[in-house]
Amino acid sequence: MSSINYQTLSFEYRRCAEQDAVAAATDAARHPVIVVGAGPVGLATAIDLAQQGISVVLVDDDCSLATGSRAICFSKRSLDIFDRLGCGDRMVDKGISWNVGKVFLQDEMVYTFNLLPEAGHHRPAFINLQQYYVEGFLLERAQSLPNIDIRWKSKVVGLQQHGEPGSADAFVTLTVETPEGEYALRGRYVVAADGSRSPIRNMMGLDSKGRVFKDRFLIADVKMEAEFPSERWFWFDPPFHPNQSVLLHRQPDNVWRIDFQLGWDADPALEKTPERVLPRVRALLGPDVKFELEWVSVYTFSCLRMERFRHGNVLFVGDAAHLVSPFGARGANSGFQDAENVAWKLAMVLDGRAPDALLDTYASEREYAADENIRNSTRSTDFITPKSPVSRTFRDAVLKLARKHPFARQLANSGRLSVPAVLRDSALNSADNDGFEGKMVPGASCVDAPVLSNGAPAWLLAQVGNAFTGVIFCGNDGIDAATQRALKALQTGSIPFRVVVVASHGIRHAVHDLEDAIVLEDAEGLAWSRYDATPGTFYLIRPDQHVCARWRTFDATQVDAALKRALCVEGVA
Amino acid sequence: MALITQLNLTQPDDFYEALIDMHRDFDEAQSQAANAQLILLLANHIGDYATLMEAIRYAREGVDQPNPSAAQHAADAPRVAA
Repeated sequence: MSSINYQTLSFEYRRCAEQDAVAAATDAARHPVIVVGAGPVGLATAIDLAQQGISVVLVDDDCSLATGSRAICFSKRSLDIFDRLGCGDRMVDKGISWNVGKVFLQDEMVYTFNLLPEAGHHRPAFINLQQYYVEGFLLERAQSLPNIDIRWKSKVVGLQQHGEPGSADAFVTLTVETPEGEYALRGRYVVAADGSRSPIRNMMGLDSKGRVFKDRFLIADVKMEAEFPSERWFWFDPPFHPNQSVLLHRQPDNVWRIDFQLGWDADPALEKTPERVLPRVRALLGPDVKFELEWVSVYTFSCLRMERFRHGNVLFVGDAAHLVSPFGARGANSGFQDAENVAWKLAMVLDGRAPDALLDTYASEREYAADENIRNSTRSTDFITPKSPVSRTFRDAVLKLARKHPFARQLANSGRLSVPAVLRDSALNSADNDGFEGKMVPGASCVDAPVLSNGAPAWLLAQVGNAFTGVIFCGNDGIDAATQRALKALQTGSIPFRVVVVASHGIRHAVHDLEDAIVLEDAEGLAWSRYDATPGTFYLIRPDQHVCARWRTFDATQVDAALKRALCVEGVA
Repeated sequence: MALITQLNLTQPDDFYEALIDMHRDFDEAQSQAANAQLILLLANHIGDYATLMEAIRYAREGVDQPNPSAAQHAADAPRVAA
């Protein structure tokens, strides 16, 4: 499979039903969701919706995948999402897994960090994988789902919203331009995943505001046999590229990403020429290493955000909504978190299980996350590219101190790598009153743990998500009959609901009335410790694997109220 | 932990002399570099974020409000820990 050249694949334009509906201005089909943009975030959104039973039309103005490696670092959270979307193994099998980063000052290592210092996780902290593979694997997954209609060479050139925003009859008409002319495409909701220059954003007269950084960077992807380990290496002021920074990452297929800081005065056209690039690469690798240039790009960057991610029935995701500098890998990775957030909410609203107001929380939760990503990304950028003489003085002081004094090593900021936002203040959470320790607070995305399923090794996260999930921790005393009846009522209620029993080691009680529950055994005790569980502890988890409430003992009334709150259903006390 | 603004130095005059002496034979850039390193070392020693924010605020006010009586007035005003 990996012999496919995803960069040169081309997809065919096909005529669609709307184009043959003669003068069907009002009769044409109204799709539940139209996703605009078949990049990584648009594809993930479409797959997530389709898996939750929602038919999707996915339109893209082009007919190919990404050119060049582009985004290469995919975080543990993204891998957990890919697992839920049914394509995690392909990504990880092809990708280069890594956990360790090293920071060098000149020729001396001053700081090393391990992003996943503990065992017992299915996925590593990161994989490196060229964006065209990520898009290719997502696309193949999307193509395997019958309820995704992908339309290539279909460019959105017009947008009109109809009806009272928030009402059941509100919808959007897109004017789509194809090789055979324009047609009207109607959908109840539109997800705009059309990238940093978002034509939809421009069409709606909206903008994305923030800071533009005055620095230029050169990406040189080189193909070579090399002995560097699978780690992220970052140099400040290295001897082979004085006064600037350099970042090295390993990619699959013997490709290495080298990212050179050039400064604002560099000429982007000139710096892309082999005459300029080759000597820079040789300075790093030494004169004898044989390599080929695979892809070269000179870029600048900005940290930008739309003020609001929802405008009527149009929801903005990924780079269309927010943009960060590349240091920290917070661009594509935050886009996948947008996708998982918006998908289950759209599915609930379209299935009539939640009011339209639930979609407002997509905007509020992911705007909060975008601020966190922009803050981290801006701090890294200010450290790597100081904006004033005094900022430069302090940056250099940190690096000089870091050689001798441990405290300064933590201040050396070469990028704070993407971790999922904890949606601590989300209106969908229920208050945490029962006294818990650890990281699994309401609003956090669930961490993984190794478990046994029917005695065979399995992973907790694989059993959680796609629907609301109740995880109950079961000790020696088992689960009492009343709780079992209440859990069964949840499983057969109007909201799709899954029950997962995590039994402590050696306890595999028959859970009498819960024949549809998934029973896992916590052989290593890691699920219990990571969730700070005691016998009877119950977690309510959203379809996107975020904790929304937890209790020390199961209480049907409180769980029902928390479920309603997580769906924005009126009448929550 | 509130920032101590009463005298806390064990050898105030010796300290001050040593501070000036740290810059001996430095040009402007070297002095700036030494000051920055000194600030970072001391900040790490203090550690507490709220205390550092208080010090940063006083330093900022001291330059923003060059009138000494106004600065003194601001320093005396009741404060809420940030």
